[in-house]
Amino acid sequence: MTPPVPDAVASRSRMTLGVAVAAAFAYLWALLHAESQWAVGGLLLLALLTMFGLRRLRWTDALGAAASASPAALGVGCALGVLALAAAFHEVHFALLLVCTVLLYAVVCLGLNIQFGYAGVVNFAGAAFFGVGSYTAATLATHTALPHALILLAGGAVAAAIGSLLIWPVLRTRGHYAALVTIAFGILFKSFLEVNDTLGGPQGLRIPAMNLFGWKLGDGFELAGIEVSFYANYVLLSLALCLAAFVFVRRVERSWIGLAMDMIRTDEVAAAVFGVGIARWKVLAFTFGNFLAGLAGAVYGMMTGYVAPNNFTFADSLILVSILILGGIGNPWGILPAATIVLILPEKFQFIQEYRFLLYALLVIFILLFRPEGLLPRTVREYFPGRAPKDAA
Amino acid sequence: MTAPLLEARGLTMRFGGVTALDALDLTVQEHEILGLIGPNGSGKTTFFNVVTGLYAASGGQVLLDGAEITRQPPQAVYRAGVTRTFQRSRLSLPLTVFDNVALGQTQHMNPGLVFNLLQRRALRRQVDETVAQVHALLQTFSAGMAAKLWQPAGSLSMIDRRRVEVCRALVSNPRLVLLDEPSAGMTHDETRELMDDILLVRSRLSPFTIVIIEHEMGMIQRITQRCAVLNYGKKIAEGSFDDITRDPEVQLAYLGQDAVEGAGA
Repeated sequence: MTPPVPDAVASRSRMTLGVAVAAAFAYLWALLHAESQWAVGGLLLLALLTMFGLRRLRWTDALGAAASASPAALGVGCALGVLALAAAFHEVHFALLLVCTVLLYAVVCLGLNIQFGYAGVVNFAGAAFFGVGSYTAATLATHTALPHALILLAGGAVAAAIGSLLIWPVLRTRGHYAALVTIAFGILFKSFLEVNDTLGGPQGLRIPAMNLFGWKLGDGFELAGIEVSFYANYVLLSLALCLAAFVFVRRVERSWIGLAMDMIRTDEVAAAVFGVGIARWKVLAFTFGNFLAGLAGAVYGMMTGYVAPNNFTFADSLILVSILILGGIGNPWGILPAATIVLILPEKFQFIQEYRFLLYALLVIFILLFRPEGLLPRTVREYFPGRAPKDAA
Repeated sequence: MTAPLLEARGLTMRFGGVTALDALDLTVQEHEILGLIGPNGSGKTTFFNVVTGLYAASGGQVLLDGAEITRQPPQAVYRAGVTRTFQRSRLSLPLTVFDNVALGQTQHMNPGLVFNLLQRRALRRQVDETVAQVHALLQTFSAGMAAKLWQPAGSLSMIDRRRVEVCRALVSNPRLVLLDEPSAGMTHDETRELMDDILLVRSRLSPFTIVIIEHEMGMIQRITQRCAVLNYGKKIAEGSFDDITRDPEVQLAYLGQDAVEGAGA
């Protein structure tokens, strides 16, 4: 019996993925473009019917197999899709801002994924760590002459440092109590900002636009005679950040670190008995996650030009967690569609706006009841995928 | 006589008003298979938990090869060469069989961040080595289970899950293995098969020392060289299986006052 030629299989799965990714981004373009509520409603219905149809025809399985056969192709496809979207909306500020927001929230959720999904350290203060990054960027960019690349890293580092103070009470408590510690921190953070006049109080702070090694991200530019919004710069930066964070999270998972963290989440006693240092890995998971949140927060703050306490409420932290649950805790791929759904749909459905949180609540309840593993459930760990297991023979 | 591999001296464990281990003295010689028996609640599992560092002893000492390991964290006890199984399965069911067994080998895994995140080639070599090792060990127990290396542990049958737990305890080539009632939830034949496999691995790898908690007396009789009987946290008898079954105090603990008097009458 001759096995199928690997090259042929790979190129076929790449084709499948290419078509699927192109369709997904074409849909996203249509959604961002749609103005009337009827058009948005129609598109939503189309998406639901398509999902239903794909499942009925078992094409979702084929797509899943193709994605796991060539994950790099999927990543490249998504990156190209984002670039195509940016090109299509090159002068539409709002659409580009939405794309950036999705990408940066995805970075935060990738961090939360290490915390919740791998080590099992709960963090209901994701938005607060995001805010720490924004405020760090605001303070440093206004009062110092530090290069902005360093300021971005400082945003992540300060968030990680504050997190490493918070982790001690979290380590000493378990389950619900650990969750309460992070919730308390998130609420405390916002109250602290509101009463602190040096940090602008409720009005917040202005942040100068970013300048990375001479690349002024706050300025629009002309490309072959076409006006391009300054947000296109931030799309590029956010995309790069998101890709880097994705690769980082994948590597964490597909290593002994991921094994240790998963064991701590699933059975702390067994992990300890077989030599896994519980505190070390929990602290590390918390630090990694908060660093990513702070980093994304710094970029977000510099992009929007100002920071205010109202952007970093407990409700925002819950949005982050709901993205994680919707996508499928533990699977970084799930975060991308989930962030898109949670962040873009309410912007397009004007009438949802007021009921936003009601909708999130319903969505989370619905997911937990009917698909607790999320849109894209996590698969088992393959340390080096795409390689035939040696022992298969 | 050589120094014992494991020695408990006046080991005491109190939970509030309950004394689970009461000044227990117990020695385990290297390469020996010791059976630890006693009625439910007599302190057998507590002894394992104190030795492996899950509970901090209230008093007394535990020595491994002459070095004190009392109140050491579980990680240190593992690195000293002590592994165990649990009475109630403690596998991570969503994770693969490989992940579960590989956990037993953490002392050979480089935990460094640079190594794991950047030196993927070196990591790959280490993963490959571990895969080969885990696969070979599983193969000894059952070829069918070895073929399920990359499947979630939750997809295995109960006996295979038990085997995975045993493999996890053996994969690091430990000096001392503590088996907590391996027959729990298994049929007589399955237990026999499992023990034969453990003894086979033991004859191939190294004659590691075993302390086994077991209620199935047939198995104790068959595989142990020596037994210790606990009751209310105290050692009430020690010796060969035949010695202890003749011991009146053991009969009393197991069968109760009336039964012994009835048998004597």
